[in-house]
Amino acid sequence: MKKADIDKILKKYDYKKSSLISILQDLQVINRWLPQETLKYVSEKMDISLMDVYSLVTFYKSFSLKPRGKHIITACSGTACHVRGGPKVLSELENQLGITVGETTPDKNFTLETVRCLGACALGPLVVVDGKYYGQMNPKKVASTLKKYSKKK
Amino acid sequence: MIEMTIDGLDVQVEEGSSILDVAQFYGIPVPTLCHHDGLTDYGACRLCIVEIGKGDNTKLVSSCTYPAELGLFVRTNSKRVVEARKVLVELLLAMCPSSKTIQDLAAAMEVTKVRFKVEQGDCVLCGLCVRMCAEQMDAKAIGFVNRGKDRKITTPFDIKSDVCRTCGACIYICPACELRCQGPGPPGDVCGSCANVLPVCLEDEDDKMCFLGTCGWCYKELGRKKNKEKE
Repeated sequence: MKKADIDKILKKYDYKKSSLISILQDLQVINRWLPQETLKYVSEKMDISLMDVYSLVTFYKSFSLKPRGKHIITACSGTACHVRGGPKVLSELENQLGITVGETTPDKNFTLETVRCLGACALGPLVVVDGKYYGQMNPKKVASTLKKYSKKK
Repeated sequence: MIEMTIDGLDVQVEEGSSILDVAQFYGIPVPTLCHHDGLTDYGACRLCIVEIGKGDNTKLVSSCTYPAELGLFVRTNSKRVVEARKVLVELLLAMCPSSKTIQDLAAAMEVTKVRFKVEQGDCVLCGLCVRMCAEQMDAKAIGFVNRGKDRKITTPFDIKSDVCRTCGACIYICPACELRCQGPGPPGDVCGSCANVLPVCLEDEDDKMCFLGTCGWCYKELGRKKNKEKE
């Protein structure tokens, strides 16, 4: 991440300490994750201890300290989706992508995550790809859904 | 000055002091683990809970973080408080049975068994080291990371911190670092604290010193025996 880009975002929020979450969210948009050097630079520039920044980043699930893929697949593992066959969809996703939950494919295209509930239980089992909801999923539909986001050869 | 009642005692206290400050000032024993003079109160261990209010409308609050109020009615050793504290000590013991401080607290509250699944942990997340590092050492080298069941205390990125001066204040203040005594009882979840085991009393030998100090158990036993003899 370029330091000029970070400075631009810091300036946008006027180096306000209360805006730390917004700043980190904006920073995450650039690379889809927060590298160690970025956090160190932010803590130095904003005069916030690195420990406080690190505590905050590890507290919220939306921040990632590991590189994430281009497309983020979120499978719901809430109660309603679970009884409607959520685990089967999740294991099919894991099989097809060749990764387990929390990991990123080697080509940096997909990251697989789970979520407890999205509040759209009527659509379960639910899979969300980059914010787009795919309801009534089943293991058969997984391949065609992934194809839409796969890299074109 | 504010007027309030603590354990039936009408007291006048300074504004801004916590219930724990008041109790300690008037010599009322309230057990604590995460409180330390010179550090901000955090309310992590919950051991200092007291009951406030009268009649049916009472509640348990942590006294270290609850400010003294006008007309507050506090009970520091009611049945509800004592029972809740015992459970809290059991939970702390289940989290970290190797700590002397926690074992001593358990012994003082006559907790003799742990009903929860015991994890051989080495931290109770009291936050004393975090506050020590931030407030007294002005370093902020360690802090809480993650949340929920994964919460732990560590340095940023789990590597040696640039701001840590290895002063050792965190180890000095840690209540879990000092290990419990292993004898004379067999090792278990509760250490066989001197107050909980029947000591090897030297009742017939007046000229020997009891290695358990002044636990007073032998006097109690002697009294019981004498009573039995009288019967």
